[in-house]
Amino acid sequence: MTHHTHEHAEPNYWMVWAALLVLTLVELWVAKAPMLKAAIIISLVTLALAKAALVAGYFMHLKFERWALILVVLSPLVLSGILYVGLVPDATNPSHWLPPASP
Amino acid sequence: MAHAATMSHPREVYEAPLTPGWGKLMMWFFLCSDAMSFAGLLAAYAAVRMGSPAWPVPAEHLDVPLTAINTFILICSSVTMVKALSAIRRGSRKGLVLWLLGTIVGGSTFLGVQAYEWTHQITHGLSIQGSLFGATFYILTGFHGCHVLSGVIYLSCIAIKAARGGYTAEHNSPVEIAGLYWHFVDLIWILVFTFVYLI
Repeated sequence: MTHHTHEHAEPNYWMVWAALLVLTLVELWVAKAPMLKAAIIISLVTLALAKAALVAGYFMHLKFERWALILVVLSPLVLSGILYVGLVPDATNPSHWLPPASP
Repeated sequence: MAHAATMSHPREVYEAPLTPGWGKLMMWFFLCSDAMSFAGLLAAYAAVRMGSPAWPVPAEHLDVPLTAINTFILICSSVTMVKALSAIRRGSRKGLVLWLLGTIVGGSTFLGVQAYEWTHQITHGLSIQGSLFGATFYILTGFHGCHVLSGVIYLSCIAIKAARGGYTAEHNSPVEIAGLYWHFVDLIWILVFTFVYLI
């Protein structure tokens, strides 16, 4: 069995930890910031995705993996997006919550 | 950030993901399917919330500061987990065991705080069958909590084997695979915390 190796310098995990801590504090501030509700939601989702990317990229070493594996990992995210977009039209329209009455 | 976090320290050697590391690849497949489970729950949560005319403000019912501290504890446990893997890759069995114990303590503390919060909520009348707010709260945090509990048990098994000298600088892929699971649990909590507590 041939073993291919993929060498890289060990990331500075304490820097990642500090970034996650700062982003969490920013999240707590944004949640109570005097902004439009939509702006708060977009900011919080962006911050959460940034934190998730840091964990996946550095702690799970995804940043240093091959593209093939990264594509495998990204595929459920695409499917999740489709799932969400598919649900939104019905979720936002109460008349769609129950099946149509039979004639 | 990328450059700041990619510096110094010893070199690490990784197996190619789609060739010999089957254990690692299978863990990634499991995590992808598990991510879909959480995505389904979060999408259902979003649908329920968007369809409810007057959803309660989470910060008025849930203990956000306490949960923020709990989030920080889980993030810290992710750091101890990568330090455990880093230690054994340098050949330090003692470092591996100590960092693993730190991770297990972090995970157990998280569960303890969550149990405290659930107890508080239940005694104050928030039940799983009483409202959609309660149902989504308990299902999402409970499903994640089951993952944390499984992770603590999983890491305890790895720590026992590590204490018996079961891993070396050359043979440590079970530690890396357990680490992938633990970081995934951390990653999911980051999203659950944002969607359930902050938004």
